[in-house]
Amino acid sequence: MAHLEVDLVAADRTIWSGEASMVSAPAADGEVGILAGHTPLLAVLRAGTVRITPLSGEVIRTPVDAGFISVDFDKVTVVVDFADDASGTAESTTGSAGR
Amino acid sequence: MAGQQRVYRQRIRSTQSLKKIFRAMELIAASRIAKARGRVTASTPYARALTRAVSAVATHSDVSHPLTTERTDTNRVAVLVATSDRGMAGAYSASVIREAERLVADLQADGKEVVLYVVGRRAVSYYTFRERDIARSWTGGSDAPTYEVATEIADTLLEAFLTPGDEGVGELHVVFTQFVSMVTQTPRVIRMLPLEVVEGVASVEEHRTLPLYDFEPSPEAVLDALLPRYVRSRIYSCLLQAAASELAARQRAMHTATDNAEDLIRMYTRLANQARQSEITQEISEIVSGADALAS
Repeated sequence: MAHLEVDLVAADRTIWSGEASMVSAPAADGEVGILAGHTPLLAVLRAGTVRITPLSGEVIRTPVDAGFISVDFDKVTVVVDFADDASGTAESTTGSAGR
Repeated sequence: MAGQQRVYRQRIRSTQSLKKIFRAMELIAASRIAKARGRVTASTPYARALTRAVSAVATHSDVSHPLTTERTDTNRVAVLVATSDRGMAGAYSASVIREAERLVADLQADGKEVVLYVVGRRAVSYYTFRERDIARSWTGGSDAPTYEVATEIADTLLEAFLTPGDEGVGELHVVFTQFVSMVTQTPRVIRMLPLEVVEGVASVEEHRTLPLYDFEPSPEAVLDALLPRYVRSRIYSCLLQAAASELAARQRAMHTATDNAEDLIRMYTRLANQARQSEITQEISEIVSGADALAS
């Protein structure tokens, strides 16, 4: 099955990176859900929660304040200014511990 | 004669304690530089994503944005100078300031009025000593800049650029030190605003062509959201490079200082030994000549 390659990056670190089956993000004029094969998209995000459903494991929820999302041949990049570490993913804890 | 010896011993002791300080500072700089370089690496995915997105918008739509258009209504030009907060880094701050002075002279020769924005205490003291006006300065944490500070700097400068009339500025130049490698850091000047046409900035060769994007809500709105972020991220990366350069320069300067201290200690030890030897020789000859005088 086709899947998405997802990078969730904040200004000073990568928050999450991996393969996922679905990403949903709060775009400026409504929630967008992205599955494999989505048309290339560049959308502005507003404050809300980005949800990533990885191929295996639990859904990752990250509250974001603003940013944008780009979708390009099943490669999804979510760029946020400041993300909350509340999601507690391994990457985010190492990211903040390394400071 | 004995006084001479004591003076040398004192100098050796003071040089030894200086050497300890230099060594400690070298080690601190060395340990921080790994962190600074890590921070540069950690910020690249963000910068790369932004650059790609900006060039995608620029190639697919002919939208003009205030940040990309030249301003002709003012001859004021902003110069952002990024230096360190503390010295003990060799010629690091001095070479950035020299580069900035050259840029300022060039701009003034073109009939522009320069507005200074300054990062780091070294540059602040340089300009205040010469009684030059500083529009705004940011000090503290020059060796570990945070994104918050970069955002604050970028927002201040963007606001100045977007202010119409004589209050605003028409261009923004950034003077910082580029971190080439551990041994090479070069002061550089880049023109940040108005933004250069960003086409071809992203490495297009990995994907044959940039795809035709859907823009949501509209290309203008996307560009509006992207460009200020792009500027922020560029300024952040300039500050990170400057921080890494500062630490590398400090490490090298402190290494040289430690070596010099060792040389000095060696020299003073020799001189002290010589003084002690000549003192002994003199004492012996005094005793011998005294005994000779009594015997005869």
